[in-house]
Amino acid sequence: MSSRVCHFKLVLLGDTAVGKSCLVVRFVRDEFFEFQEPTIGAAFLTQTVALDDATVKFEIWDTAGQERYRSLAPMYYRGAAAAIIVYDITNPDSFAGAKSWVKELQRRGDTNVVIALVGAIAGNKADLESRRKVDFEEANAYAEENGILHMETSAKNSNNVRALFVEIAKSLPKALQQPEREAFPIVMQKQETRNCC
Amino acid sequence: MSEEEEKKTFDWLPEGMEPLADGEYDAIIMGTGLKECVISGLLSVQGMRVLQMDRNNYYGADCASLNLTNLYKKFNAGTPPETLGANRDFNVDLIPKLIMACGNLTKMLLHTKVTRYLEFKSIEGSYVYKAGKILKVPATPEEALRSPLMGLFEKRRFRSFLLFVDQYDETKPETFQGKDLTVMTMRQLYESFGLVPDTHEFISHAMCLQLNDVHLGQPALATVKELQTYCYSLSRYGTSPYIYPVYGLGGLPEGFSRLCAIHGGTFMLNRDVDEIIYNDKGEAIGVKSGNEMARAKFIVGDPSYFPKEKVRATGQIVRCICFLNHPIPNCGDLESVQIIIPGPQVNRKNDIFVCSIASAHNVSAKGIYIAIVSTKMEGNEADKEVIPGLALLGHIMQRFTMVATTYEPVSDGNDDKCYISSSFDASSHFEGDVEDLLSLYKRVTGKDLDMNINADSVEADY
Repeated sequence: MSSRVCHFKLVLLGDTAVGKSCLVVRFVRDEFFEFQEPTIGAAFLTQTVALDDATVKFEIWDTAGQERYRSLAPMYYRGAAAAIIVYDITNPDSFAGAKSWVKELQRRGDTNVVIALVGAIAGNKADLESRRKVDFEEANAYAEENGILHMETSAKNSNNVRALFVEIAKSLPKALQQPEREAFPIVMQKQETRNCC
Repeated sequence: MSEEEEKKTFDWLPEGMEPLADGEYDAIIMGTGLKECVISGLLSVQGMRVLQMDRNNYYGADCASLNLTNLYKKFNAGTPPETLGANRDFNVDLIPKLIMACGNLTKMLLHTKVTRYLEFKSIEGSYVYKAGKILKVPATPEEALRSPLMGLFEKRRFRSFLLFVDQYDETKPETFQGKDLTVMTMRQLYESFGLVPDTHEFISHAMCLQLNDVHLGQPALATVKELQTYCYSLSRYGTSPYIYPVYGLGGLPEGFSRLCAIHGGTFMLNRDVDEIIYNDKGEAIGVKSGNEMARAKFIVGDPSYFPKEKVRATGQIVRCICFLNHPIPNCGDLESVQIIIPGPQVNRKNDIFVCSIASAHNVSAKGIYIAIVSTKMEGNEADKEVIPGLALLGHIMQRFTMVATTYEPVSDGNDDKCYISSSFDASSHFEGDVEDLLSLYKRVTGKDLDMNINADSVEADY
């Protein structure tokens, strides 16, 4: 394990109910157990990925439902080093949605943000192919064209979930790692220690 | 939207109308200004179901920070010139205000932990205009003793006045030095230290941040407390008592909106409210937007969302947003400064505020400085009122001027279930606006907001 820890903000994007939160919960819970119910009241979740040369610590922001009416604030995109854009492979509208989220991110985010397009697989593999509406090759071609990662994952049986985050971690430019906090956090001064000018 | 959302039906829904979002809420909040977002955040933390709407496609309403496209659109100024830089490098505040480092807004940010979403930087310099010159507001006793603001003996009196204010504690009579600040006026307090009117002016306007001279005739306690806040804030972060969120003030409402969202709140930008629906008792019970309708137990919003008879005008404020290609002259080449021009210095009743913020705070492209001049209107020629402020800026590349009428609600909202915030005031900070926010919170919930923050409870839990 390397001693170098790089911090990165990662944002989730994608239409409502395509399985964004499930994906993160699967990733985060596999290794950490102390978190509260993540869907309500979680500001963001954190999880690390250990690589050969560094440890990548993700600060993962969920949309908290603000994507439902396309009302995400600029603050959400700001400073994101990576984004996971999720669609549901049984829902072609969600794939069209994913493409528009890619555009939105490119418009709003930093230019060198690492983007991963993720086809979420809900349900069991067995009945999957009959319900599939988004072709893997088609999505792959779109991703390649746009220079972004592409993977299909299943949060249900954890297929590829960890691999996805490892892949993103590898793609992040460690040299450009974000400082944990650039400006100071604000704190109140205690009355006892006050000291007038 | 990828999901065909299942449309619910409700027995209260009129024929031909669809439910708006989830249809039934505890509260509908109109506008995404700072006050509205704080209220929605606090309500949803308490478990209320909240729907928040805004007619604009951005958060922040009157106190948004706009990118170039939205700024030029708002002022019908055509297409922004490419020489200014990239659209997204700009976050131009519509209402220029700074945050007192130890003031009430900071307490509220800590109380709600919205600090997790924001980063702050201090403002480098605090200046005051006196007799045609821009002078630094002294930050330390040493600076006070060197400052050309006062003569030698006056400096000593100023120092003993500050020492009195520093140790004054309204719960400890032994700190009163025989002065009852609930009775004694501010003018009397100044005079009891032998301070001359010039010094009253600079302390009151540049440190206590009074907008005019009304406070001189009122009990000194409130003004003394403001001076204490100023001094604590100054000692906290160094060269000025102000802090400012990186990427602009618009981050404040955005941060509170996220607080609301993670507790289940629903957000709709770019969606106007066409009509507020009332029951036969005259109580608001919902809103209509297009052919959609939502119900709620009460409605909260900024004055622009309510009919004229529910609000009254309280005055007008002129604000000039200026793009400069240089820092404001005579302020030590600092990027981020505030200059207060006390009204009496330029034959006015109300102070003029000038502030400048730039790329270090991520509000503009490198090399562009955003200076905003604002004051309460005393006549009806906006351009004339800001002249003393504009005169300090040097060459101005581009100027946008707006005159905003400020409003307050005519009633407390308990009878009509319409809880209305007041417009942002003309001051250069948020202290008065937080007062309004606390009053709004109390009117809505019937409770006082607990603002007692223990500094030790601010764990880095992100």
